[in-house]
Order: sequence, then C-alpha cells, then structure tokens
Amino acid sequence: MSDATTQQTDKGAGSMLLEMRGIKIEGQSEDTWFPIIKGMDLTLRRGEVLGLIGESGAGKSTMGLAAMGFARDGCRITAGTIKFDGVDLLAMPESERRKLRGVRIAYVAQSAAASFNPAHRLIDQCIETAMFYGVASAAEARQSTIDLFRRLHLPDPENIGERYPHQVSGGQLQRVMTAMAMACSPDLIVFDEPTTALDVTTQIEVLASIKEVVRELHKAAIYITHDLAVVAQMADRIMVLRYGEVVEEAPTRQMLSDPRQPYTKSLWAVRSLRKDEDTSGDTVLAIRNVDAAYGGGVRVLHDINIKVPRGRTVAVVGESGSGKSTLARVITGLLPPENGTVEFNGQALPPALAQRPKELLRKVQMIYQMPDPALNPKRRIGDMLGRSVSYHMGLSGKDRSRRVSELLEMIELDDSYRERLPMELSGGQKQRVCIARALAVEPDLVICDEVTSALDQIVAEEILKLLLRLQKDLGVTYLYITHDIATVKAIADEIVVMHQGKVVESGPKSQILSPPHPPYTELLLSSVPEMDPDWLDNVLAERARGGAGATAVDGS
Amino acid sequence: MSNQNEPMTAGPAEEITLAARRRRGAFSAAMHEVLKAPPTAKFGLIMIFAYLFVAVFAPLLAPYGEAEVVGRQYAPWSDEFVLGTDQIGRDMLSRLIFAARNSVSIAFLTTLIAFLLGSMLGLLSAVVGGWIDQGLGRLVDVLMAIPSLIFTLVLLTIFGTDLITLILVIALFDATRVYRLSRAVAVNVVVMDFVEAARLQGEKLPWIMAREVLPNILPPLAAEFGLRFTFVFLTIAALSFLGLGIQPPTADWGSMVRENATLINYGDITPLLPAAAIALLTVSVNFVVDWFLHKTSGLRDV
Repeated sequence: MSDATTQQTDKGAGSMLLEMRGIKIEGQSEDTWFPIIKGMDLTLRRGEVLGLIGESGAGKSTMGLAAMGFARDGCRITAGTIKFDGVDLLAMPESERRKLRGVRIAYVAQSAAASFNPAHRLIDQCIETAMFYGVASAAEARQSTIDLFRRLHLPDPENIGERYPHQVSGGQLQRVMTAMAMACSPDLIVFDEPTTALDVTTQIEVLASIKEVVRELHKAAIYITHDLAVVAQMADRIMVLRYGEVVEEAPTRQMLSDPRQPYTKSLWAVRSLRKDEDTSGDTVLAIRNVDAAYGGGVRVLHDINIKVPRGRTVAVVGESGSGKSTLARVITGLLPPENGTVEFNGQALPPALAQRPKELLRKVQMIYQMPDPALNPKRRIGDMLGRSVSYHMGLSGKDRSRRVSELLEMIELDDSYRERLPMELSGGQKQRVCIARALAVEPDLVICDEVTSALDQIVAEEILKLLLRLQKDLGVTYLYITHDIATVKAIADEIVVMHQGKVVESGPKSQILSPPHPPYTELLLSSVPEMDPDWLDNVLAERARGGAGATAVDGS
Repeated sequence: MSNQNEPMTAGPAEEITLAARRRRGAFSAAMHEVLKAPPTAKFGLIMIFAYLFVAVFAPLLAPYGEAEVVGRQYAPWSDEFVLGTDQIGRDMLSRLIFAARNSVSIAFLTTLIAFLLGSMLGLLSAVVGGWIDQGLGRLVDVLMAIPSLIFTLVLLTIFGTDLITLILVIALFDATRVYRLSRAVAVNVVVMDFVEAARLQGEKLPWIMAREVLPNILPPLAAEFGLRFTFVFLTIAALSFLGLGIQPPTADWGSMVRENATLINYGDITPLLPAAAIALLTVSVNFVVDWFLHKTSGLRDV
C-alpha cells in the first residue's frame, strides 16, 4: 500500500529508511497489560514526511517513540520488527540503540519548556549529544547549531544560544529544540505535537521553519499531531490512527479531498460546525472602562468595554498574554479592577469576591480550560454536583438526588457516574461534569475559559454541541474565551478581539470575520491553519509581499 | 504528568479493574496491597502488630505487676525471673511488657496532637495566605531555630515533668515540622482550579480546608505520621533517659536503660533489651513508611 503511495510525492524517490512491521505494544495498568498498538505497519522513505493523526490515546506518540525502538516506562513492545536503514532495532542491544537515538534518529517533544534544563545555556544543551557521542568537536557543533538557528529564522542566531530557556519565547524555544534534534544531522526526526502548546500566530512561524528545514536538508520525518490542518501543511502522506490501529493511509492531497473511512470523514466534518448569529437580547453583563493590574505592578487590562447580550455567546479572542483570562478573573471578582465597573443585570458588581452576596456568586459561573485540575480528584461526581445543588439551591435528600440525576442526564452521562471519581472519567466526560456543575445552580452567565482547547477535535465538537443545546434549552449566556477561530465560528454570536490587554475590535460575528480587518485581526485570522495543503505556502508568500510578514517572522 | 492523557484514555480495561476493585471493598483491597508489599514492609507490619498486641494484653502477658518488687536487686536471668530483676528488685520482663503500653501510647498520643495542631495551622496558612501565613510561618521559624531537646528540657524544668506537660511540649515542637510539611504540600493543591471553583461558589474556609484540600494532601501526611511517631518515641526515650520523661514507677524503655546501665560494666546485656525494643519498633515503622511513601508517590519499579 505504502509503496504505491509514496511514489506520488515528488520526494518519494529516496530509499527505504524506516520499516516497521506488525508492531504490537502493550501498556501496564495496575497488574494487567492491555494493548496500545494492535499490530501496525509503518514505512518511511528518505526525504519523506509522514503525518500521524488521531485522538489522544490513539497510539500516535507510542508509535512515534517505537520508531526509535523505544517504549515508555510501563510500556513494552511485544511483537513486530523495526528496521531502520536496514538494521533491526529490536534485535540490537539497548546500548547500540541508544547510540542511534539523538545521532541518527531525533525526537522533538510537545512541550519544549518542560524538555530543556533551565540551568544550562541553550547552545550547550543543543551540542550536548554531538559532544557526548564524539560526532563533532565543540567548535564544529557550535557552528553547525548556529547555522541551524539561522535556518530556523531565530532572531540573532549568533548569540541566542547564549541565553537560558526562560529568556526566549515559547515559539523560539520550540525552534531551538528542533535545532537540538537536528544537531547531529539525523536521518529521521520524530516531531511529537511540536506546536500544540503554541498560539496560532506563533504556531505558523514554527511550522514554516520546520517545514523549510526538513525540506531543504532532505530529512525524513514523522509528524505527530491531532490537528488536521497542521498535518495537511507538513506531511507528504497521512496515516489516521484510532484505538491503536491504522484507519486509513493515503498521500495528503488524496486524503484531504477524498477520505474513504467513516471515521476519517467524521474528523473532517468536525470543522464544519456553525451557529447562526443572533445578537438580540438585553444586556446581562456590561464591562465599563475596566483597567486591571496584578500586584500593583504591570497593567494587564487597559480600558476594556464589553457588552454581553442575554442568552447569547460572546467570544473573547486573542493569543496568550492578551488578557483574556485576566478579564475572566475581574468578572468573577478574583481580581478587583483598578478602575471601571462591571455591571451585572443593570447593577454594579462589588469588585471583590468577598463582598459579593451568595445569590450573585450563584449567577456567575465558570468553566475551566483543563477539566483535570478543575475537579477535586478525591470527591465523587455525585457529591460535587450535589454540593452545588444543596449549597445554592437548598435541596436535600431525595430532591437533591433527583436533581443530580437530572444534571447527569442533561450532560448525557449515565446515572452510575455519580459514584465515580474524576480519574475514572475520560477528558470529555470530565469537562461535561464541569459544565453540569456550573449549570447546576441555574446561573445567568457562564464564563467558559478555553473549555475545548485541551480536548480532541471530535470530543471538543461534542462539548460545543452540548453547550449550544444547553443555551437553547436554558437561555444561559456564555462569555467564551478562546484563541481558536474555528471554535469561534462554531458558537459565537458576537466577537471581541483582544491584544496586549486592549480590545482591538468588537461586534457581531459576521462583521468581525469579514474584511476589512484591523492589522492584528488580519494576522490572527490568517494564522489559523486551513485544510488546504498549500495554505502555509500561500500565507507566507502573501505575507512576504504584504506588511504582516515582518511581524510574523521575528516572533513574539 | 507528561503522559497525563494516557490513563484517561486507557479505556474499558481500566474501567473494569477500577469497578472490580471498588466491589472488593476497602479492606480486601488493603489486604491485596499488603500481600504485594516487599518483605521489609511485611516484616515492619508484623512487628508493629506484635507491639500492639503486647501493649494491649500487657497485664495478661506479664508474669508480675508493673511496679511490684518481687525479688532481690539485679537478680540474674533465671527460671523465676526470665530476664532478671532491676535495681530495686522488679521483674525486667514484666516491666518491658508494660513499658510497651506506656511508651507506645504516649508517643502515639503526642504525635496525634502534633498532627492535629500542625496540619490544621498548615492548611490555614496555605488556604488563607497573607498575614496569617506570614505570622504563623515566622512563629514556627522561631520555634525551629532553638535546639529542640534543650528547649524541651528548659520547658519541662519550668512547668514540671508531669505526663500532660510532657505530651504537650513535645507535641508543640513536633507540630512545627508537621506545619511545614502540610503547608508545603497544601500550597500546591490550593492553586488548583477546583479550589478556585469552590471559592467562586462562595464555600467557606472550613469546607475548603477539610473537603477540598485535606483529602489531597493525606498521603504525604500519613507517611509523615509514621516518621514523626518514631521521632517522638525517641525524644521521649531520650528525655526519660535524662530523667525528665516518664516518671517512676511507671515502666518506660528509656528510663529502664538508664536505671540499669551499670549492669553493662559487668558484661550483662539486660539494659540493652529496652534499647533494642525501641530500635526494633523504629526500624519497623520506617520500613512501613518507606513502602507507603513508595506506593503513594506513584513510582514504578523498573
């Protein structure tokens, strides 16, 4: 299958580099081993980029690591052969494999911030592998790393390596990590979601750099991601994974235009969720001239004015650091504003949480980005929901129990879930519980802080559908904070674009999304990856011609 | 943390084992854990239960009374007095057995008070923060800055050496360590979103402390309880050895060592037996704590 497909790509002429056959990997839970990868084949030729996509738990990362002959702690490769450049990785001793890793096969992890040692300079960490295996002398390794920095468009390539990890931005750090992976000029690089933790405006720079370097140096790469639009830019060929098995495999263009399997089609359909715009309704929340600062220091919000109509969704859009989450803290009373007022149902809210009566606390609820830290791991679902119900609504005994059942039904969970602990739920189910907890007390306004960004696309779509349905049924108002334009298109009635603590633009969705745009909105909108394999090249070409390119390349 | 999304997607297999474990009940789950424990932990558990058994059934096990003078001074080991007699003719074996009751229960009570005090204040500091945190923190700094054994001696000399004072003074000093630990682990929990969510709901301080934070810091606290117990035990033994601990005629391992120390000069190992009793219990408790720490820290044997 793969032999036929690779020939369609212009770089498929290279010889076979990696050949994995019948791979089976098991993971350990308590005392039992359960399968993660259930017999998978993967082949890769020199100069080819293979995209692995799927939901979390599909086995993407496990497969990526297996390409290095490596299994995480608590995992084991039980069957199959991994031939790298004709040599069986599984047959050689661990010490031999270790020599290959870093030198001939490299790995770029999702979170660069967590993968660098904060106590060493970047360049020292980049040349460490080369020095350790004696591939190059210190001076040579240093020089080639600086070349890579330059190729990756890092600012001041000569000196940036002298900095420590915390002194560069997230997007730059991810590029430094790519340079580190390429320091020994490996034949194969495994990219494991290298841009997932980044903002869209930063992501595009990293994607462009990686794509350029891989193409120019003619490397083979495995690119792991859950974002279809990203993989469409990067890969020559795409493999869709689910439950540890290959669902479908095809060259990128064919896969995008003509997906065959129902699962692949459903992945493609996710992005088409749309909501009809409606901005009627009296104002439930009005933010007037709000300034806010942390600890009397740097001012984070400047003169914010937002109006939220009842029963509608207002999306607050911006990259990280734009002040979106701070705005949520001001509304909830966690951070009293320096100036300005927050009006709720026509009355000014007391600025600090402690001054607000219980009735007001009930009416403004919050749903968090990460469902894991938002749920107490030691309390059962039923207890959590029950507590909200009895504390604010005064229900007890049978009434309380009935209400908890209603809530579980509302979020489409079985009644048996009330006895479960959060760890016994999937990510999407946890987020549903957070939604139920917020809606249990019949609030007027729910602040949703990036509630789908930690979830897979399919799960995220289900959560969005649930939110929309509940809005229709209960008439609740959402203030939806996000950096994802696709989500905004799906659920917003009105949009507020924020940048560096200021409102850039606000208005009905159709107006904000149609040109002309202020420059920042333009940059934000054009940075959102699209499902077109030529999108990245087109945008970069566009920016190179226009003015936006300058800001896009030197980083944030 | 890095493979956070793995367990949640482990899917049906894991759900089944979790459900099965709940059905088996807490007791059999604990038994299952114990059977899998390393031999050191099993040894520790057996020894701790043996001590508890001896402490509870002391009057039945001991051949003579606790303070009963039954023979001549320093009688050697014999059929009548299995481990001989002490400096005023009391049976050594009986006193060893009764001392298990006194020493262990006093140490346990002291540790318990230290934990109630320390963990409550530590939680308060972490959850409220601000001036309360600063005030309590500096107060604890002051207490910890003074060598505790010397300060204990001073306090006991001032307030007298009755049992209540002894327990309270040692508990106070140990509470400083517990405070530090519970505050340190609690601040990591307090920053979690679910605590903020509880605050936004308008939950009051006691609820947040007891229901939201405490359950999440219990494992390290429980492990620390074992270690603190040993230290308290040793402190009491040391104080008793110095004559300021448990007062005669109450049997206590620390004072038994001191009272019979001269026998060492004559090549008699009897005074080492109470010391050995202390050492064995200390080691046993530590074995169990190590195992417990290993379990709760989530480390996997490779």
